[in-house]
Amino acid sequence: MKRIIVMAVAIVSIFTYACKKEETTPVSETAGLKKVQEMANDTNTVEIYTTSGALQLGYNDVYLRIRDNATSEYAKDAAFDWMPLMHMMSMTHACPKSQVQKVAGKETLYKGYLVFQMPENASERWTLQLKYQTGGNSFTVEDTVAVPNSTRKRVTVITGTDSKKYIIALVSPETPQVAVNDFKVGLFTMENKMSFPVVKNFAIDIDPRMPSMGNHGSPNNENLSYQSADSLYHGKLSLTMTGYWKINMMLKNADSDVLKGEAVTEENEASSLFLEVEF
Amino acid sequence: MLWICLLSAGFAGAQDTLPDSLFSVKLGEVVVSSKPLINYNKQSKPLSTLEEYLEQTSRVSMVKRGNYAWEPMVNSMSSERLNVTIDGMHIFGACTDKMDPITSYVDVSNLSEISVSSGQQGAEYGPTIGGAIDLSRTKHDFCNPGWSGSVDVGYESNANLFTAGAAVKYIHSRFFAAVDFMYRDAGNYKAGKRITVPFSQYTKYNLSSTLGWKLNDNNTMVASVIFDRAKDVGYPALPMDVSRARAAIASVQHLVENIAPVLRSWETKLYYNNVLHEMDDTKRPVVPIHMDMPGWTSTYGMYSKIKAEKGRHDMTFNLNAYYNQSKAEMTMYPKDTAEQIMFMYTWPDVRTTYAGVFAQDRITWNQQHILQYSASAGFHRNTVADDFGLNSLRIFYPEMNAGKNRVVLGANTSYTYRRKNMEYNVAAGYGQRAPSVSEGYGFYLFNSFDRYDYIGNPNLKNEQSIEAEAGITYKISKLKTQATVSYFHILNYIIGIPNPDVLPMTIGASGVREYKSLSAVNMVNAEWSVEYKPHPSWKTKAALTYSYGQDKQRQNLPLIRPFSFRMSLAYRIKSLELELAVDGAAKQKAYSKAYGEDLTPAYAVLNFSAGYMFFIEDHRLYLRAGVENIADTYYSTFSDWNNIPRRGRNFYVNISFAFDKKKAVKE
Repeated sequence: MKRIIVMAVAIVSIFTYACKKEETTPVSETAGLKKVQEMANDTNTVEIYTTSGALQLGYNDVYLRIRDNATSEYAKDAAFDWMPLMHMMSMTHACPKSQVQKVAGKETLYKGYLVFQMPENASERWTLQLKYQTGGNSFTVEDTVAVPNSTRKRVTVITGTDSKKYIIALVSPETPQVAVNDFKVGLFTMENKMSFPVVKNFAIDIDPRMPSMGNHGSPNNENLSYQSADSLYHGKLSLTMTGYWKINMMLKNADSDVLKGEAVTEENEASSLFLEVEF
Repeated sequence: MLWICLLSAGFAGAQDTLPDSLFSVKLGEVVVSSKPLINYNKQSKPLSTLEEYLEQTSRVSMVKRGNYAWEPMVNSMSSERLNVTIDGMHIFGACTDKMDPITSYVDVSNLSEISVSSGQQGAEYGPTIGGAIDLSRTKHDFCNPGWSGSVDVGYESNANLFTAGAAVKYIHSRFFAAVDFMYRDAGNYKAGKRITVPFSQYTKYNLSSTLGWKLNDNNTMVASVIFDRAKDVGYPALPMDVSRARAAIASVQHLVENIAPVLRSWETKLYYNNVLHEMDDTKRPVVPIHMDMPGWTSTYGMYSKIKAEKGRHDMTFNLNAYYNQSKAEMTMYPKDTAEQIMFMYTWPDVRTTYAGVFAQDRITWNQQHILQYSASAGFHRNTVADDFGLNSLRIFYPEMNAGKNRVVLGANTSYTYRRKNMEYNVAAGYGQRAPSVSEGYGFYLFNSFDRYDYIGNPNLKNEQSIEAEAGITYKISKLKTQATVSYFHILNYIIGIPNPDVLPMTIGASGVREYKSLSAVNMVNAEWSVEYKPHPSWKTKAALTYSYGQDKQRQNLPLIRPFSFRMSLAYRIKSLELELAVDGAAKQKAYSKAYGEDLTPAYAVLNFSAGYMFFIEDHRLYLRAGVENIADTYYSTFSDWNNIPRRGRNFYVNISFAFDKKKAVKE
């Protein structure tokens, strides 16, 4: 009986695959992406995409396309400047962000990242303002964007022993595996409320633990170090089983002074600086 | 071969048809048929578990983790260094913590013989280092047509153990059918001084059936199945129990006999078996975290074996192959139920393919000189079939491939010289083995003995053994005495070595050990036995065993048996038999602290049993009663996991009724 079911599933999958293949040619500009929302003015509609179809607290790869409202054509010559803003009761601030650039191999798709360091709430919201040029003219769209709270800590804002504010955000793994995962983190400092530049050449030591199971760790992790190619910190994260992992961290400056975080020991269960993954 | 034959006569057959052979090597030739292992003449407790039977053989010692599923060791070497087979069939326990050695999936009611071979003498069905245990199923023949059967009932006061069994057999001149069933149910046992050992209960059912057809005078087909199911099994020495352990073992065998003057027999068997093992911690009052740990194995296999004779030569050729799948999981449930469950493969769906050939020749001159030599070669391949599991292992071994091929070789030679009442025997051998699934691919397997988490190592080299054995036997009518000593020099000895850089996973574990190879270890096993019959009614036996095992740095290896002894005195008159036996061991001084062992004190326990047989027409009623550990001594042996105490005083009674409705007797 089991075998029959397996065979039936196999046959169905082969057919579905065959059918899908026909439908998906030619390859779409936004394959693998889901639309989050649209922002429109009189001339254009800007489409915002992410892989999940939503924005989340912490690091987000954000994809943009500009559609002409009249012709439905997508702009190929766009240049973007964007400004995410958190409208708090007492003040307004921005968040770490990258430049927006055209995605290699695509004609109409643009990409950048935003790191939302706090979630929205009933009275405090994020807005995203997009200024762009196309066809020699400048335009602006602006709207609120939804950044709900996350169950696990994907981003953390800390004050180092140097009295500077830092933002550390999990970039990958997006879908952790029981394996050695490529671990990427963004590190930014808060110059002022509107400026959050990338911090270069620091180091972040990591110690992943499972608090629900005796706070055990994992072997063969690789501490995070700065990579100029993408301005992110790269390391290796070993996860020996599924579940909830707390990634304890120690942030060190270029002189190897610890700015934040403590080593995990028998006495000290966790570092004050950490990110979390759960899968 | 060193055959330790645990039976001679049974319910259905006449008594003692097994020739009381002068020398052990000759016993290998004896083909025993239609005799169940349950034997009222040789066993002080006939309805003993298989483990209790095995424990009586001097080369075998048992690792106990509770009152059920003891793990046999031969020459102080356990499962992964042994070849344990059921009628030549490979079957693999599904528990990562060795809670289900394959001896736990059969019952004495199915078996006629347990043959224990030392070292390379046990290489016929596959590579081995320490030796082999082959459990032979009861073989039926087409003689004595008619119905026969038996009913067995046993009770033991300690653990409130109840045993019930039944067997029925029908024989026709061209056909036979046999079915037997055994049920065992035990509560918690009491150690010496009436101390209850909690979580030591078990319940076991075993059903076995054999069908045979005689195709013609030379050809027979036999199909057999065994279903074994244990439930609610406590393992007091371990942090977890077992809710369910079950095995289905099936085979079809074709036998051709007397094909040609040279070709004596050709036996081919196809088999399949499947084991499920589910650990359970829900009955334990305090667990740091609740977890499920199921394991599965299934094995497809075959062997084809030819026996030939020509002049002085007596030859055996065996081609055997199997394909095994072993998989085990661990799921842990966090106290916060909103949290994701924690999951890992502890055996990452490892497929093992093995195919090997074995050839042996025995040359006999004038019944005085026997030269025997054998060689074996096999191909062994492991593949990790599950990517999830493969990626987990790559955390430790980033470069590892999913597959690994090995060639496994072995050779053995022995020479026996007989003169008058003496027999001298020397043997030498070389063998290899591939790492077991746990040793190669285990992922955080917690060993509650040394309290380390073990990580397999796919890059291990084959373990190699160079062995030598010498024996001497002296026999006259009233006395038989035998001494043997065997030496093993094992290269690339596989054992867990602590890696202080890796944190343990299990709550409360001391650290992580990775399987590595020690360059060389030395092991010696020596035994001496004597049997003396001063009078036809009196018989006394004694056996002494000594083992030694150290690595090159002269560090003790774990689980090495200290000096042990067993003595018995039996008196028999007509149908009554009385037996007094003492079992004991000296202090285990050579223990391995590094592997969690401590000094095991010396002990001796005294047992007594009495048996009586009634004849009612052609039927028989056997009664056997006795007391084990008369002094109610509180003790544990070197191989009791975490020093779990053995049973205290135990009164038992075994009753069996055997009926026989044979039409005619034509032996």
